[in-house]
Amino acid sequence: MTTPALHVNDLRKTYGNGVEALKGISLTVQPGDFFALLGPNGAGKSTLIGILSSLVNASSGDAEVFGVSIHKNRSEAMRLIGLVPQEINFNQFEKPFDICVNQAGFYGIGRAEASVRAEKYLKELRLWDKAHHQARMLSGGMKRRLMIARAMMNEPKLLILDEPTAGVDIEIRRSMWQFVSGINAAGTTVILTTHYLEEAEQLCRNIAIIDHGRIVQNTTMKSLLATLDVETFVLDVSSVPTSLPVLPGVVLRGMDDHTIEAEMSRAHDLNSLFAALSTHGVTVTSMRNKTNRLEELFVRLVEHGRENAA
Amino acid sequence: MSGSANLVALGTIVRREIMRIMRIWTQTLIPPAITMTLYFVIFGKLIGSRIGQMHGFTYMQYIVPGLVMMSIITNSYGNISSSFFGAKFGRFVEEMLVSPMPNWVILLGYVIGAVTRGVIVGALVLVIALFFTDLHVAHPITTFVSVVLGATVFSLAGFVNAVFAKKFDDIALVPTFVLTPLTYLGGVFYSVDLLGEPWRSISLVNPILYMVNAFRFGVLGVSDVPIVTAFVVMLVFVVGLSAIALRLLSRGVGLRS
Repeated sequence: MTTPALHVNDLRKTYGNGVEALKGISLTVQPGDFFALLGPNGAGKSTLIGILSSLVNASSGDAEVFGVSIHKNRSEAMRLIGLVPQEINFNQFEKPFDICVNQAGFYGIGRAEASVRAEKYLKELRLWDKAHHQARMLSGGMKRRLMIARAMMNEPKLLILDEPTAGVDIEIRRSMWQFVSGINAAGTTVILTTHYLEEAEQLCRNIAIIDHGRIVQNTTMKSLLATLDVETFVLDVSSVPTSLPVLPGVVLRGMDDHTIEAEMSRAHDLNSLFAALSTHGVTVTSMRNKTNRLEELFVRLVEHGRENAA
Repeated sequence: MSGSANLVALGTIVRREIMRIMRIWTQTLIPPAITMTLYFVIFGKLIGSRIGQMHGFTYMQYIVPGLVMMSIITNSYGNISSSFFGAKFGRFVEEMLVSPMPNWVILLGYVIGAVTRGVIVGALVLVIALFFTDLHVAHPITTFVSVVLGATVFSLAGFVNAVFAKKFDDIALVPTFVLTPLTYLGGVFYSVDLLGEPWRSISLVNPILYMVNAFRFGVLGVSDVPIVTAFVVMLVFVVGLSAIALRLLSRGVGLRS
């Protein structure tokens, strides 16, 4: 049996002020996986990542990285992890090249090898031309990419990305995902937390959703998306008629003169909808999902959890 | 991590600390040199010429070791407290905390960096002193060991201060209200033999007195306290403060949630 990249067993954390951030989290991430860890703000994601990277002391439970306990053998476990934190946490007065080389040094990697790696990753993340400028001069997107380059300096087997694309423009986000996908394809296990759910849907094969310190869903992305029973489509039409057709299992709403929303079961076919609209003289010019499918599921799961808690 | 990997990690911290000292040399090296020059001019030349001899040396010669040690102590303390607290404040201490590096390597790296600044500043002040008076080092090994031990004691104290500090004010309070008074009362400008009781006995509780006198013995060959006692006091502080600092790192006080 393959040793999991990450095995978390009944991890709990209660902070000094009494806040119970994790209430017994257990999950397994297989080697080579691209794993999404989602949850609303304050759900416990960052606490979990903090414990895995040894920045937060767990109250109880344990986690193993490729079979190495983070409590019993912290040093060996940390050697296997690369962390891209949510907040900028490098010395803004140092240069990106030095930041990367120093990080490698903390892992016991000599300067010669560290310099080669720093050049490689700074080039791959399109930061080489800024390698010898003070880091405070970098743009927000560059700073995020620098943290990825820094996390790669020990060439980790498990890369943890905590909201790495927050506040980053779409072009840079895409280039970051291209890089991380390449790292994953080369064998590195990736755990991602993000609030951009379309990223998680596109990139991740497995997913866990945390809310109120508990795992509320832990499955494959395909299985989760398959549970979505209702979808809402936005139809751009030539003109919205005064009376909309009535179809069983479909709720149609005219939003403005040229837009109709159609909320329907996934089992319902689209042909009958188009046929009904056509008989009412409506020409559909384009169509899209109202929200990302994962986003719709995420909202439902979190809201369901809150209703239960209430 | 293996021994060689620990050595690489240690070298990385020391290198980074020395680069920091050199990068901001106008804050780390020049101010103490200017301050001590003023001390030499005012206390050594202007006032000292009216005081006469102390333990067989001119007043200027007598205060030079004390002022050098004072520079070493305050700069070692200031370096580690501002550097480590700065790393905490800017959160880049996390770069070290998430690495496999053991805690003792982090502590030793910062202490070596702070001792290095203390030694550089001490050497600068000593060179400036030579413009005002003649000095011949009586016991070079004692001088060297007292510098390293004295700087280490206050590096460790500065580290503990930085671990507990929550804001920049917290690392300024201890030097202002504890370190400076203890230094002035630690026999930098006078021999404690001049004090009557109970002030002489009270002065013997001040650890800085032992550091200043150990260094003065190394340079001039005279001391107010037995030199063995001075070294024992410094060693006790090194061991005690190291244990406290390592315990704080191990528990993650002020560093890990």
